[in-house]
Amino acid sequence: MLTYTLKRAGLAVIITAISLMLLISMIQLIPGDPAAVLLGPLASPEMREMFRQQMGLDQPAVIQIVRFFGRVLTGDLGTDVLTNRSVLVTVMEQLPFTLALVAASIGWSALLGIPLGCFAAIYRGSLADRIVGILSVSSIALPAFVVAVYGLLLFSVRLGWFPTIGAGDSGAPLDQLHHLVLPSLAVGLGWVGYLARMVRASMLEVLTENHIRMARAFGLPERTITYRYALKIAIIPTVVVLGMGVGNMISSAVFAEIVFARPGVGKLIFDAISTRNYPVVMGAVMITTGFYVLCTLAADLIAAGLDPRVRSTL
Amino acid sequence: MSDQLFDSAREARGSGFRHSTLGRIISDPMGLLGITLVALILLGALLAGFTGYNPAKLAMRDRFLDASFAHLLGTDHLGRDLFTRALYGARIALGVAFVATGISFIGGLVLGMIAGYGPRWLDSLLLLFFDSLRSFPTVMLALALVTLTGPSLASVVLVVVLATLPGYARVVRAQTMSLKTAEFVLSARVLGARPWRILAIHILPNLIGPLVILVSMDIPVVITIEAGMSFLGLGVRPPTPSWGSILNDGYAFIRESSWPAIAGGLPIIIATLGFTFLGETLRDHLDPRLRKDA
Repeated sequence: MLTYTLKRAGLAVIITAISLMLLISMIQLIPGDPAAVLLGPLASPEMREMFRQQMGLDQPAVIQIVRFFGRVLTGDLGTDVLTNRSVLVTVMEQLPFTLALVAASIGWSALLGIPLGCFAAIYRGSLADRIVGILSVSSIALPAFVVAVYGLLLFSVRLGWFPTIGAGDSGAPLDQLHHLVLPSLAVGLGWVGYLARMVRASMLEVLTENHIRMARAFGLPERTITYRYALKIAIIPTVVVLGMGVGNMISSAVFAEIVFARPGVGKLIFDAISTRNYPVVMGAVMITTGFYVLCTLAADLIAAGLDPRVRSTL
Repeated sequence: MSDQLFDSAREARGSGFRHSTLGRIISDPMGLLGITLVALILLGALLAGFTGYNPAKLAMRDRFLDASFAHLLGTDHLGRDLFTRALYGARIALGVAFVATGISFIGGLVLGMIAGYGPRWLDSLLLLFFDSLRSFPTVMLALALVTLTGPSLASVVLVVVLATLPGYARVVRAQTMSLKTAEFVLSARVLGARPWRILAIHILPNLIGPLVILVSMDIPVVITIEAGMSFLGLGVRPPTPSWGSILNDGYAFIRESSWPAIAGGLPIIIATLGFTFLGETLRDHLDPRLRKDA
């Protein structure tokens, strides 16, 4: 397990390094003068020259990359062009809002999706199972931004049940929860279906196993068998998938934050693009990517901890 | 002997329309629904020019009209007919889907075969490259890329390719590796066939089937990426109608009228559901092994 952990963590470091490299090499690939493209047509030649020096664009590419890694390792992601603050601080201020949204979405989709999957597995082949199946597929297919706009239109604008913008007052948890409902609906809806499908499939597998038949032969109530014995094993692959799903959720969260004008990393990046605040865009993309790599690493380690067969795959 | 076997196999499988692929898809309720929805979208894309309205022509006196027989989905903030714009949006969505998945398909096939058949170091290098590409959440990749390239249809295609190609390449690589040691490939090698001949004639035909199903199941994902990027203003430029940009107009004017939001979201829902239902049914009937959860 230790060898696997070290190998897998090493791989995560290499992957992060390569994705950072891809990210900075993008800037080299822009046709024309990066300073002109990034600052926009209104920038004066002096501003461009200053930007070039600030970003080190007047140096050869290799030196730029080496310097960049040096700065990233010391936690310096550059300076916010508009406010002159550290990009790291700006992003870290917004990250909790995004994490709260992702956590709420995982929470409610697991609470609904897992029991639905058990239900479908127990009544396999019935009409109810088929309906759950079609609903699951549909909820997976629906894009989060469509759900967000339709939710806003119906529940906020037409019915007035939920607030349309913001994340609520920082001192009032109930108000914050109220503001979380629609965004987490948009982010989590697809996961209800996905979890239901995953749980149903692994439940069906587990329910045919010997220890379940044994429990039945002992005359244990079906309820106990399902939830105490079968679900405990069937839930393992789901936990792993959830870890990998965080990346997908961050993507959906970007849309939910923009539609509901919620603070968060997605909104930060989006606003930074429209103000051409390039260091903030790159810094925030780096941090979320790093976070995502960490989540997949955690998921893989949990999988390896639970299932020794996984350890030999690396 | 072999003829007899073949005949009895055909007998067991049955013949005629009911047992053809199309017949089996239609007899499944989910497949029938999927094919109907996809047909609606295709029909819409074909008939976009025949509604009697210009999708880009402004008519300021007709702003925010509700749905009626004259305007099936109402009009937007510039008085443009939303039904017409939604139909033209189908052309953009399907165009991007086919071009981008086509590039991904070919790219994934070539890179995957190189990784699977080539030397070990090249395999490790490509694998690292794929994993690094996959470590970006798609929207983040799109945001970072478009900051640099500017919004355009080409950037949308690029994002789709970068987001989908690594997955295809990995599947192709795994298949190639297992085929590499198959007896028919080994005998070809013993007979002196060169690597490119083995790849093109012996391995490639075995890869295409599963990959086609995989790629077709990704069409809703691609449509979602295009619409999502256009929704964020990172995709097609106005006044070109895309479902995403129509939905964004609807979001901007959500207090004035519900129809632009409805007209932008409805086709996205129809298309993603249609292609998903169709893809799921296709996979179940053609290659159940590809099911991740069965």
